[in-house]
Amino acid sequence: MMRNVSYRLMRKSALATAVLVALCIGASHAQQQPASAPSAFPGAQESLEQTVKRGEYLAQAGDCVACHTKHDGQPFAGGFPMPTPFGTLYSPNITPDAEYGIGKWSADDFYHMLHTGHRRDGSFIYPVMPFPAYTKVTRADSDAIFMYLRSVKPIPEPNRENGLRFPYDNRSLLLGWRELFFHEGEYRPDSKHNDEWNRGGYLVEGLGHCGTCHTAINKLGGNEDRKAYAGGLIPMQNWYAPSLTSNKEAGLGEWSLEEIVEFLRAGASQRGAVYGPMSEVVHNSLQYLSDADLRAMAVYLKDLPSRHETPPPGMLPGAAQLSAAVLAHGHAIYKAQCQSCHLGNGVGQPPGYPPLANNQSIEMQSAVNPIRMVLNGGYAPQTETNPRPYGMPPFAQILSDADIAAVVTYIRVSWGNHGQPVTTAEVNTLRSAPLLD
Amino acid sequence: MSTACPTRFGMSLLLLLLAPLGQAAEPGGLAKPGSPPPDTMFARVQGCSTCHGSMGQGTQDDYFPRIASKPPGYIFNQLQNFREGRRSYPPMNYLLAYLNDDYFHEIAQFFADQRLPFAQPERSRLPPAVLATGERLVREGDAGRQVPACVGCHGPQLTGINPGIPGLIGLHSRYISAQLTEWRAGTRHANSPDCMHEVAKRLTEEQITAVAGWLATQPAPAVPTPAAPGSWATPLPCGSQPR
Repeated sequence: MMRNVSYRLMRKSALATAVLVALCIGASHAQQQPASAPSAFPGAQESLEQTVKRGEYLAQAGDCVACHTKHDGQPFAGGFPMPTPFGTLYSPNITPDAEYGIGKWSADDFYHMLHTGHRRDGSFIYPVMPFPAYTKVTRADSDAIFMYLRSVKPIPEPNRENGLRFPYDNRSLLLGWRELFFHEGEYRPDSKHNDEWNRGGYLVEGLGHCGTCHTAINKLGGNEDRKAYAGGLIPMQNWYAPSLTSNKEAGLGEWSLEEIVEFLRAGASQRGAVYGPMSEVVHNSLQYLSDADLRAMAVYLKDLPSRHETPPPGMLPGAAQLSAAVLAHGHAIYKAQCQSCHLGNGVGQPPGYPPLANNQSIEMQSAVNPIRMVLNGGYAPQTETNPRPYGMPPFAQILSDADIAAVVTYIRVSWGNHGQPVTTAEVNTLRSAPLLD
Repeated sequence: MSTACPTRFGMSLLLLLLAPLGQAAEPGGLAKPGSPPPDTMFARVQGCSTCHGSMGQGTQDDYFPRIASKPPGYIFNQLQNFREGRRSYPPMNYLLAYLNDDYFHEIAQFFADQRLPFAQPERSRLPPAVLATGERLVREGDAGRQVPACVGCHGPQLTGINPGIPGLIGLHSRYISAQLTEWRAGTRHANSPDCMHEVAKRLTEEQITAVAGWLATQPAPAVPTPAAPGSWATPLPCGSQPR
């Protein structure tokens, strides 16, 4: 199966940083003990079958399959290549095979790995594995996931050695990165909020690892708390993970709970369709979550504090570049190529053909996503509730950089949209952006 | 962004100036603004249109094939091959990554059902002797290199057979030679046994040029649709065609 897994690529920079930081920071060996938090299912009486079923659901919430299955490979048998500037990492086999998988692991081993980011031999796990989020998973849920993974077909697929260059192949250098960006500990419910909010927080912060992409990566390759969920460019892959905060212009402030749930479950909504790296997340993970869990996630997301992710309009760059000639050019392209689906007034025919008017994906400060949608097109992921998705064709092969800059500019400033113009240089740069992981 | 600013004010002025142009725009879709798109496969496959034509009839671009009226099994196999990475073309791999087999069958059937006129065949610039070599390979193969004739599988009219063997008419020569070259190099794969890899690796570069050049000059036969399964015995086993 084709797995488009953005966070793996994002971690390329994390890896570089790991080395840099480790070299700069003195060795401080504060090994934290696993925090003990109450189980999510205290005293739950369930059969082994029920535990496995719950584990399967949680593994879907964590989207384990995305990275631990290679194209055309057996589920969870690993071997998925994750190319980075420092060499290529390969995900491990997590089937219950005794020799190559987790057949000899105990539930303790599994929890320790998930919670502390250590391999079974005690060495550090590279942060391509989102253990900074998975550390928030409860012991009970970790055990259920472990039981589920123990139930899948064992595949005797040898693990592939990582092809990392010196010195990145030295796992001990990850210590510095961990000191800066890893906060070990299970999710702590906030007593100021109700159970639904906390369930959402547990899923968003933990298994969902939403912040891995939706929180900007700083120069040191880590997610900064003060920018949590305010959106950011996914390095290397060159898609922009939009803000998920309550910010009205850039985030989810204007979305209803129902619209968020529909977007996450179906992959298409009245607000817009899922595209880019998020397609994988909806296809392999979110569509399987219960209404209650999706709603809880929506409740939590809508309550995330705004991070001033929309600068005052006058401070936005590029405004001076808007010209009547470009707009006329863009309008002509729009009429010829876009209007038959998105209509003359940009309202689209949602959910199949998304609206372009009043759509954050179009208006947000970064023009990366609208440019890439025109260049590459895209199909919304196929889901149980959207089993026959509509798609947008790629235009890279028939429109020039100037054409695409003009039409994206036209779309970003028309019908009340508040976006800024884009340049041909921006389009040109994105032509070579990778389409696959 | 509730406060007015010079930028947006200027923009509004520009848009006012452009208003006559904007007014001329009429919604191109049949649906009312904001209502869902037509519930048809045609509306759903427009993601394919810029390369393959809105009905799969092909475009002028040398590198993109016509897919209308190809056998549904062949189209399905290609959709699956692209999704699974057995065929590598990033724009296609990307578009199909999160679609499932049941939908692929529907998409394949839609394009297989389209009966559209073929474009005029290419006028080849290849020398007549090269084209003659191409025709001989297509009709007779090359016994010395153990290359079977194309017609042995693709049919005397080169229309293919349902459900899995494609016709070879209506394709650009550059497309055909690119595919044969990829098959020979092992970068295009089909279900095992991958008979086209076996055939293509026996071809020389010159033979590929000749075959592709001649095929692209051929007009569509009177009945350009794939033959019924079992219409003729194929000379070698192919994973894409049940025997």
